[in-house]
Amino acid sequence: MSLTLDKALGIHQDALLLFERRTQLLAENIANADTPNYKARDIDFNRVLNGEVSKQVSLQTDQPQHISLSQSALDASIEYRVPDQSSADGSTLDMSKEQAAFADNTVRYQTTLTILTRRLGGIVSAFRGE
Amino acid sequence: MSIFKIFDITGSGMNAQMLRLNTVASNLANSETMAGKPEEVYKSRHPVFESVFNELTGDQGTVGVRVKQIIESDAAPIAHYMPQHPQANKEGYVFSPGINAVEQMADMISASRSYQSNVEVMTTSKELLLRTLQLGRG
Repeated sequence: MSLTLDKALGIHQDALLLFERRTQLLAENIANADTPNYKARDIDFNRVLNGEVSKQVSLQTDQPQHISLSQSALDASIEYRVPDQSSADGSTLDMSKEQAAFADNTVRYQTTLTILTRRLGGIVSAFRGE
Repeated sequence: MSIFKIFDITGSGMNAQMLRLNTVASNLANSETMAGKPEEVYKSRHPVFESVFNELTGDQGTVGVRVKQIIESDAAPIAHYMPQHPQANKEGYVFSPGINAVEQMADMISASRSYQSNVEVMTTSKELLLRTLQLGRG
């Protein structure tokens, strides 16, 4: 029997990375609350989970001088928010939406942290044989 | 670890909002400042923000905010007929900046709310970071 830590932690370590990235995005949106022409961005968790954006986005290179530009799957899944209504200063930011999304993301992050802690606790107690 | 960048981002946001509060304070404090000539009257100031990418690291993901410029209002000064005023001109007029106190108060509340949101984001991120550091202990 083999035990790999990656398998034991499952999807949750990737989920933690995603929520962390999303926390940063929402912090950017909130910091730019009063910036004219700011375009708010977000990550759609369901689309990432379904693997719709799992493909790496990269440029084809056939010459050694070409610079390959590749984007991680997480960065490729960042999308611009579609505003409910237009604003006079061209910003697509809705502060109450951002605050709700931030609260939602925080709870998800903490849930994932708790699950990870439990998993690790389970592995440790399995090692000890208690 | 990208959660550390949040402190830079919200810090830039707090900085920008604090400057906005400063301009509001300056405008309100000078709303009754009289001048003898229309061109010497205090002009109310408003900051304009722009988002800024992290050029040093080339990281397109980090978007802070900075003050692009501070624009001065071109609202016409209001002339008051006060011949006894020490700064009155020959015709007996002094000029005051046409600063709307209600507008300034609304601007102040908006800046204050945005500042609070940034503080909230920073506090929550700090808690998440500390909890992440304790991962596997509890």
